Amino acid sequence: MSKHVTTASFQSDVLSSSKPVLVDFWAEWCGPCRMVSPILDEISAEHGDKLTIVKVNVDEEPALAQQYGITSIPALHVFKDGQVVKQIIGAKPKPSLLADLGEFIN
Amino acid sequence: MHEVIIIGSGPAGYTAGIYTARAGLKPLLIASSVEAGGELMKTTEVENYPGFPNGLQGPELMDAFRAQAERFGTEVLLDDVIEVDLKGPVKIVKTGNGKTFEAKAVILATGAAYRELGLPKEKELSGYGISWCATCDGFFFREKTIAVVGGGDSAMEEANFLTRFASKVYLIHRRDSFKASKIMQERALNNPKIEVVWNTEVAELVGEGKLTGVKLRNTVDGSMSDLDLDGLFIAIGNDPRVWLVENQVELTDEKFIKVEGRSSKTTLPGVFAAGDVIDPTYRQAITAAGSGCVAALDAEHYLTGLQ
Repeated sequence: MSKHVTTASFQSDVLSSSKPVLVDFWAEWCGPCRMVSPILDEISAEHGDKLTIVKVNVDEEPALAQQYGITSIPALHVFKDGQVVKQIIGAKPKPSLLADLGEFIN
Repeated sequence: MHEVIIIGSGPAGYTAGIYTARAGLKPLLIASSVEAGGELMKTTEVENYPGFPNGLQGPELMDAFRAQAERFGTEVLLDDVIEVDLKGPVKIVKTGNGKTFEAKAVILATGAAYRELGLPKEKELSGYGISWCATCDGFFFREKTIAVVGGGDSAMEEANFLTRFASKVYLIHRRDSFKASKIMQERALNNPKIEVVWNTEVAELVGEGKLTGVKLRNTVDGSMSDLDLDGLFIAIGNDPRVWLVENQVELTDEKFIKVEGRSSKTTLPGVFAAGDVIDPTYRQAITAAGSGCVAALDAEHYLTGLQ
């Protein structure tokens, strides 16, 4: 299971990370989020050495969702050196996600 | 080799699973990796599915469908079919995760995909103010001004649902009346937060990196107007999802999979189709489920004939 990140831990867990971090903005009531979650767990297990995957529950952390302009979930933002360098919107099958994340995991 | 493979996991697919499993055919149902459960996974309250007098949530209904299919031995695979070869007596089905399956019969229940407006910027603004899923994204439009485009039951349901969050919901429709069911129309028309914009279509999407509004065209006199918006939810219908098979089975003029009479038989032996992918008219959960039952019985009959 991916780590849940909060406003309090966002700086240390995401922004200051030496590795790229994929943040999965999700919510319990979002069906597509629940479908993509196990796929992200698999990607984390296979590529965790290069890319850290964490989750932000938008219900519990609305300020983070607002700060990053989230208006549609699942939203996957990749952070590198504190900056958003890639955004993926919507649930996608594993091969598409691996292709989208190629620059970070290969 | 499998006796039967079912492609799709909406009411048609799971019902075909229930019936073929009970016929002892040990069906493999390929459900999709991220869209399992189909369209109903994105709806909230389902009030017209018989047997549930108090209604239930779309995802709850689909969980029940799946549980019932699995109870009798349907194997549900969360993977995406990316290629099929259905012409010969052995049907070949390939998935996105690199698996290849063979079966004597295939039931196509791939449903329908949402229709796009077909306007410039639609793709780039999707997820940045344009949404296809009110239940997923409504939350982000608290106290905002948004619009729903469409005139069917889905548009009414989304507009009503979105008033839980938004301060104002415009309901934009190109005609002067809705095709939605009466009860759904009345709810929308009586909702004080909803304002219907009749005889109007979205002509242009406005915004850089984020939707800020739309340009509207009156369908009667052609006049143009601007509307500032924080969000736009598109619910203008669905198109049958046939790309997987369009070069192998015959389609109708409207691009649905063609079936013989009231059966589920496509133009290829051993290939059956059910649900929204064959239905230009009714497109209800209950009609899709009935159609899945028909396909299962047709497949069972076909397989018996092979012996």
